[in-house]
Amino acid sequence: MFFQQSGSSRIISPTWNVVADLQQVFQYEFMQNAFIAGTVVAVLAGVVGYFVVLRRLSFATEALAHGGFAGATGAVVLGQDVFLGLLTFTSVTGAFMGFLGDRLRGRDVAIGGTLAFSLALGSLFLTISTRFAGQAVNILFGNILAIATNDVRFVAVFALVALAALGVMYRPLLFASVDAEIADARGVPVRLLSVAFMVLLAITVSASVQVVGVLLIFALMILPAAAAQHVTAQPGHAIGLAVLLAVAYVWAGLLVGFYLPYPPSFFITAFAFVTFLGVRTVLTGVAGGQRSRRGPLAEVMIRERGSGL
Amino acid sequence: MLDLKADEVQHSPGAPAGGAAVVLDDVAVTLGGRMIWQHANVCIPRGALFGLIGPNGTGKTTLLRVLLGQLAPTAGSVRILGAPPRRGNAAISYVPQRRTLDADLALRGRDLVLLGLTGHRWGFSRASKSDWDAVSAALRAVGADAYADEPVGILSGGEQQRLLIAQALVTHPQLLLLDEPLASLDLRSQHEIVHLVDRLRRERNIAVLFVSHDLNPLLEVLDSLIYILDGQPTVGALDEVLQSDLLSQLYATDVHVHSTADGHRFVVGA
Repeated sequence: MFFQQSGSSRIISPTWNVVADLQQVFQYEFMQNAFIAGTVVAVLAGVVGYFVVLRRLSFATEALAHGGFAGATGAVVLGQDVFLGLLTFTSVTGAFMGFLGDRLRGRDVAIGGTLAFSLALGSLFLTISTRFAGQAVNILFGNILAIATNDVRFVAVFALVALAALGVMYRPLLFASVDAEIADARGVPVRLLSVAFMVLLAITVSASVQVVGVLLIFALMILPAAAAQHVTAQPGHAIGLAVLLAVAYVWAGLLVGFYLPYPPSFFITAFAFVTFLGVRTVLTGVAGGQRSRRGPLAEVMIRERGSGL
Repeated sequence: MLDLKADEVQHSPGAPAGGAAVVLDDVAVTLGGRMIWQHANVCIPRGALFGLIGPNGTGKTTLLRVLLGQLAPTAGSVRILGAPPRRGNAAISYVPQRRTLDADLALRGRDLVLLGLTGHRWGFSRASKSDWDAVSAALRAVGADAYADEPVGILSGGEQQRLLIAQALVTHPQLLLLDEPLASLDLRSQHEIVHLVDRLRRERNIAVLFVSHDLNPLLEVLDSLIYILDGQPTVGALDEVLQSDLLSQLYATDVHVHSTADGHRFVVGA
């Protein structure tokens, strides 16, 4: 917004002297903000993404993000903070979805319908306040370079609270995600965890929208975790690898986006997608003659999107 | 041991051996205003292997839910290991009915078993050496150590069932509830699982309630049977229940019990 990237306003080339280049990158406050916010969000997205893939919530994640579009644009109309608008809208929707839990399974039409209506609502809000039409692109595709210092603090606080909450409920959540019935018999509060996780998902979605936008959220939240789960079946390692990948994509995307006149969210998404394809191809190639470790990408994505919650 | 009349079983709560694992005294369950079953008088001694049979929808899983403390009976009293049922009782382990684990579940068998031990605990903490030792012991007990480091999704149905039994065993339960563990297993795996359960309950004095549609794999090992007929769970010794007319009445279709020359029995539908 304040700093519109374009080739004409800023042409900087890397010197390929790493120290000098990094000094140049970090002399800008907007790059410092982008790196802090991007890293915090990537760590959270990597951890939450592991559970999203495990709990088959990819479609619900997208639904939350798209639904958040109505909240974000509504906030613009009301003159409120976009992140707050997103957070309110996604938390309420998420808690409701978590409360419905298993009853949402197979309700793809209902979720999809709500999703379409939310987007339509968002476009209505945008028409009402044409002054902010430029923000629509930011909300849809993210503009991390425009994130304000205040927003960075905001995102960081919510992300840290969400990570702490995930740490506390890590084992029961893993148990309930793998086998809700047995966990329930062991006294794990499965329904409560479902609602709590959806609220954490809402926070993560809202924070990730700042980085990659509503439409590219899949890149940051699903692809790193999905790639990690191809590589290792050990939960702790898979979460660690998902976090590393997400952080790496964001850093690489920011650096490339700094030197090239194109948005970082494109590069973040591109790196995530290419890595996922690479991991999948290599591992399927290695395991090809033996028992297949994993289904192909299309199968994973179609099934996850199709199964809803 | 095989005579299972409730009044003849010693009732000494907390006794390590002998005594009853489960006592139902005139228990009734109503769900949504509908009577599921009533007048249930059941006693399962410690270390006994009971079958639970009955057509679909007669309330077999409902009985398991009562024992797990997930469902309060409308009438009668339930005692589990000398105490009222309660959710999360570590002395009870449960393997629910399922088809198979998700093919792409990114979890090793070892992690699945560990969840049985520490999955209910809050707070972030790495599994301790003694936790992993307990997991390894449970894996060895069911003979699953060879594939404990593989992702569970790629394992066969029989291998997955062994892991789930290991998960159930890792807390050293005194009562094991198995809901259709043989469904979707091939004959050999069925045989192996049945004999595994039989060996474990003898070694560890675990009372087992084994829900199964197919009686044949269980005939060699069962102590007794609970069947739910006309809305009443009833306990019978194997010989009493293995009658063509009773089973035909139970399943509302012709069922025959045949005996081979060497004394083996098998049940066939007409």
